[in-house]
Amino acid sequence: MALGETAPIIGIAFADILFVMLAAVMLGSALMVVLLRDIIRSGLAMIVCFAALAGIYVLLQAPLVAAAQVLVYIGAISVLILFAIMLTQTKAGPARLVFQTQSAAAAVAAIVLALVVAVAVGATDWGEVGERMHTATDTLARVLFDEFVLPFEVVSVLLLAAVIGAVYLAKREESGPS
Amino acid sequence: MINSLDAYLVLSALLFAIGTFGFLARRNAISMLMSIELMLNAVNLAIVAFGAFIPGLAVDASVIAIIVMAVAAAEATVGLAIVIAIFRNRRTPLVDEYDAMRR
Repeated sequence: MALGETAPIIGIAFADILFVMLAAVMLGSALMVVLLRDIIRSGLAMIVCFAALAGIYVLLQAPLVAAAQVLVYIGAISVLILFAIMLTQTKAGPARLVFQTQSAAAAVAAIVLALVVAVAVGATDWGEVGERMHTATDTLARVLFDEFVLPFEVVSVLLLAAVIGAVYLAKREESGPS
Repeated sequence: MINSLDAYLVLSALLFAIGTFGFLARRNAISMLMSIELMLNAVNLAIVAFGAFIPGLAVDASVIAIIVMAVAAAEATVGLAIVIAIFRNRRTPLVDEYDAMRR
């Protein structure tokens, strides 16, 4: 890299700045997903959230997971969800009330959950925590098709079953005898 | 900060909590499914973070994360198909109007 390790004026490492920015974008767009009234906008915010998370995977030096995140989440699941949104929008427009009546209780529960997990993370000794390690894709492929080959095949059968099930569930009922 | 496991785990906890709030508070079934996706992503972030920092888990964590993504894709497919099937019958995506089994 032509630049130094730390930013010239504020003295913080560039990698830290990148991490904070990606984390802020991810959390902000996640909040937009759950808070926006317009569901199409929250669907688009979800894509931003997934993209920022892919960036964080790159910072964690897991390039294949980042690529899979972009392909599977941004490329497939988001498009699926956007299509489902378009199919279920009614002419009446977005509903008056976006949230359930117990949303205040839900907010309290979510905040308590985050605090409990954060305290538990701070209090736990994770043993031998090293530096960030690079996960090489060829090693990953070797492990995936050797040690984890059974889960891999089970997942492929699961995906086939999910596709067939989804087609069966979503297809229009025939007006035949039933 | 970028080299501390705790930062990534707290980030993952925050994302999971946001997903929990969305799942509990939204009325639209598709919004609830999007919140579930956020929660699955938070778990994946925790798995990958453990894999990057704990030497014994390095490669296994990436494999598990990729398998979680595949299962999440299957879950989203079936969940959205169910939502569309219900929408076709009830003409609404709001879950609190699905009360056929309460009456």
